[in-house]
Amino acid sequence: MTLFILLLIPLFGGLLAWYSERFNADLPKKIALGSLLSCWLPLTPLLNSMSFDANSLGASQWLLNESYHWIPLFNINTHLALDGLSLLLIVLTLLMGLVALSSAWCEITKRTGLFYLNLLWTLAGVLGVFLAIDLFLFFVFWEVMLVPMYFLISIWGYENRHYAAFKFFIFTQTGGLLMLLSLCALVGIHYQQTGILTFNYNILIQNPISGDLAFWVALGFTIAFLVKLPALPFHSWLPDAHTQAPTAASVILAAVLLKTGGYGIIRFVLPLFPEASLALAPFMMLIGVIGIIYGAMMAFVQTDLKRLVAYSSVSHMGFVLLGCFAFNIYALQGAVMQMLAHGISTSALFVLVGMIQHRYHTRDLNKLGGLWINLPKLSAFGLFFGIASLGMPGLGNFVAEFLILVGSFAQYPKLTLFAASGLILAAVYSLLLIYKTFFGQIKPSHESKISDTNTKEWCTLISMCFILIYLGLHPQPFFDLVPFSLMKLSFISANIGALL
Amino acid sequence: MTNYSSLLALIPLLPLFSALILLFSKLPKQGISILAVGSVASVALISLFLNVIFWQQSDFVLTASLGSWINIAQLNISFGLYLDPLSLVMITIISGVGALIHLYSAGFMYPDNDFKRYFTYLNLFVSAMLFLVLADNLLLLYLGWEGVGLCSYLLIGFWYQDKNNNLAANKAFLMTRIGDTAMVIGLFLLFTQLGTLDIQEIQIKAHSVWSLTHDNNTMASLCCLLLLGGAVGKSAQLPLQNWLPDAMAGPTPVSALIHAATMVTAGIYLIARNSQLFQLAPDVLYLVALIGTFTLLLGASAAMVQTDLKRILAYSTISQLGYMFLALGVGAGASAVFHLMTHAFFKALLFLAAGALIYSLHHQHNIFKMGGLLKKLPVVAVSFAIGCAALASLPFTSGFYSKELILEQVVASGHTGLWWAAVLGAFITAFYSARLFFVVFLGQNQLSPNAMPTKSMSLALVILSVLSLFGGIHPVGLKMLMPQLDAEGLSTLQHWLPITLPFLAILFAWWMFKTKRFGRPISSSLMQGVHQLLKSGWAFDLLYQTIFVSPFNTLCQLNKDDLIDLFYRLIEKISCKLHMVFSQFQNGQLRSYNASLIIFCILAFAWFIGGELIL
Repeated sequence: MTLFILLLIPLFGGLLAWYSERFNADLPKKIALGSLLSCWLPLTPLLNSMSFDANSLGASQWLLNESYHWIPLFNINTHLALDGLSLLLIVLTLLMGLVALSSAWCEITKRTGLFYLNLLWTLAGVLGVFLAIDLFLFFVFWEVMLVPMYFLISIWGYENRHYAAFKFFIFTQTGGLLMLLSLCALVGIHYQQTGILTFNYNILIQNPISGDLAFWVALGFTIAFLVKLPALPFHSWLPDAHTQAPTAASVILAAVLLKTGGYGIIRFVLPLFPEASLALAPFMMLIGVIGIIYGAMMAFVQTDLKRLVAYSSVSHMGFVLLGCFAFNIYALQGAVMQMLAHGISTSALFVLVGMIQHRYHTRDLNKLGGLWINLPKLSAFGLFFGIASLGMPGLGNFVAEFLILVGSFAQYPKLTLFAASGLILAAVYSLLLIYKTFFGQIKPSHESKISDTNTKEWCTLISMCFILIYLGLHPQPFFDLVPFSLMKLSFISANIGALL
Repeated sequence: MTNYSSLLALIPLLPLFSALILLFSKLPKQGISILAVGSVASVALISLFLNVIFWQQSDFVLTASLGSWINIAQLNISFGLYLDPLSLVMITIISGVGALIHLYSAGFMYPDNDFKRYFTYLNLFVSAMLFLVLADNLLLLYLGWEGVGLCSYLLIGFWYQDKNNNLAANKAFLMTRIGDTAMVIGLFLLFTQLGTLDIQEIQIKAHSVWSLTHDNNTMASLCCLLLLGGAVGKSAQLPLQNWLPDAMAGPTPVSALIHAATMVTAGIYLIARNSQLFQLAPDVLYLVALIGTFTLLLGASAAMVQTDLKRILAYSTISQLGYMFLALGVGAGASAVFHLMTHAFFKALLFLAAGALIYSLHHQHNIFKMGGLLKKLPVVAVSFAIGCAALASLPFTSGFYSKELILEQVVASGHTGLWWAAVLGAFITAFYSARLFFVVFLGQNQLSPNAMPTKSMSLALVILSVLSLFGGIHPVGLKMLMPQLDAEGLSTLQHWLPITLPFLAILFAWWMFKTKRFGRPISSSLMQGVHQLLKSGWAFDLLYQTIFVSPFNTLCQLNKDDLIDLFYRLIEKISCKLHMVFSQFQNGQLRSYNASLIIFCILAFAWFIGGELIL
């Protein structure tokens, strides 16, 4: 029942928060906080008993596995299961949920009940996506996380919010449609080939479908995930959505919603379609590399701080795509690490932009500058996360990018050279961000004294700093947790070195 | 030995903890100085102690581990520290010079409001630098490598309100980052080829995998070339040298520590550390020597015509680093490290003395606005004289021993052409050192100092002066670091020319100074062009601006609105248009509905009839 409880807490918490608004406008955020914190309760026994050691992982991939009948006619179950990979992403989701809550705490003043309902339901949808093992259920959660996010953007967003929300919805919905079609095709082909009608992931990966159609089915799934990631050329919803979304939604979007794309590729595309993904790999690697460079170049010319960070996300998620399709254990571990590290560093940057906008009512780089004079603490955090996003060793992003590049270098040395140029370009836009925002002369209109980070903001940001440093200096527990050896990815090599 | 391991572990950790304490505490300025200077000074004491312990042993290894880092399949990386003679020399220089510069900074930066931030960065730098030289694997080395780069960036832009400082900081970071990226690709290649990143294992495996007789040492060359990329960026060698003069925007003690004594020598350390790997790639070693030679001439010639005190010293640093590269390239690693040490002493001294000058003269950088300061600032003047003498490698100064050794080794390696170039460089070096000293300290007095260097500053100057004079006397231990070339059979010319040339250069400079030729406007337009070219450091800034920066900017600006997004917006537009078109039909007017009904009927009928007729 643990996993169902985990899912139900935010769902009911959301409803409760919505209803509580009629008593007091401040009540919803407290209820939201309470329900997010109580989400940790079902996880505590698991986290306590976990040994964080590769050798002591059991023979089964799943740490928890729960299933109930849902639509017996089509053999659809409500099947939730948790392994190391989903555990990591769930912990990330819950942590970033708290961060989002912290940034929404004072920012959101209108229709608070509805806001927290949507926030919690988005999180519930994401949790469901990370837990669902029945493909049909997975699809349901995939859609569940979209709708509340759409409302978050279109009700509480900034000036151009309706356009951005529509764009977000149409892009992801199209991806979702493709996924539904491929899902039905997958189950149908599997039924033809084996005579078993099932949506169960565990059964489907036993006999990967083959044939020409398999390639197209795999492509359908992949594109659905690419839209979410987002990879070129499906990225253009992201800058708009990020720019217009309220800070809390930006945090959720950057930290966890994008990760569902990477998660989907690792969890579904690679093990379900080994042959097809081998065939797709060179093309996907190319898309990843182009995304890295293109995103970085776009980030460089943006004048809107949020757009800059959004395009840097495109660049960073290119690394994830690269890592997923390099077919090599280093790159795959790197891709998971990149999802965690990017989730934290980028959402921290969005939180910072939110704070700056709250104080100065602008996100325009040309109107900012010299923030260090009045806001030394906030600027120091900005410096830290800017440096993190350019991949400074000692922080999580570096470990991730290093592993991805090492892994893909073994397979595709030439492409990796181009990908590595992303390291230089990342420095270009990160330094530009730091320089234009925090350094230089203060603008005359901003000279009045403005309060630096308060305790709540400081605690939020400093804990994100420490997580990034921990990821960067002691990433081993996270590597050990991800059971790649059990994930039916035997075609992914752990060997490197042609000569040895 | 194991007792010393914990001592070794303390070396990089002490400054790191000190930086962390500084970051999160609210100490008074006095406390900050004690903590920051104390931590580096204790590291200096520890490294001196280790020197004493290992004095007699020529070949020792001390290791310590601070835990594991990454452990996936074959990739096993730990925070391992490795102390051998080479790294012992390096930590002694870093902590010794570092402690003196910290001491000096406590006086120099005292009036600054951001005292705490300054020392946080500076301690962090020392820690990163110590990690760099103590790392037992290339990834940890890379951590230190990027760490020093970051601190350098932060300290160049320390006075962040001035736009130029920030631009200089960005330039320094980006240019070194280009080299660093080459280096990290080198790590990928080494790992995929040799299956390890442990430095000692790489040396051994490289020899077994790519022995010289094999054909496949192009791979070894490629690895070395990529590592060289990193070294070239960090050590400001051609073609990535032009960030260093701009880096002088930082506080002067920073220029002394980071951009003269320690960080910029990281490239030399990298090549010296991987010397066995580089032996497999003679072509790359020759390239190292060539880069060194060209850079030393470029730096020296640019230093001749600068007017900014710190830029002169910056170009001279580039030039001296070129000597070290030359030494590395001809296979005389030990003399490179020896020159690295003496250069750290006298260049730190010169920068600190320059800092004291600037401190006393209302932040004046232009040497032609100074003059006649010999009597007014005696300590500074004497320090400067000693520093310039060592830079010009006058006999019996530390710089003399090391530069002579390099020249000797170049002859021994048989590269006569490179030797002549290096001797020419030595002549120019002596010339601009003399020019600098004469213009600043002799002649007409123009500015009067308004502040005297504090005691801590003077103390640091005195100690460094002593080191610059006598720091080169006992190079026996250094000679054992790495194989030396046999220096027998030096001809008389080769022996005496490098000794006499500096004196000639100084005489020449004295004649020019007496006849007031320095700082005089140049009449002929050709000479003016040459002067401009030299002053801009051979116009590399302009070159890179034209071929890299501007095209990149233009390209990015062109695509500012995201061309891919245009496609989606086009779809949106088309759907809107179609919507408009189709909504025309639904206008609620009965007659248009009627008309369309009739048209449809006619068309359907016509189609039907037409079909019948054809049939």
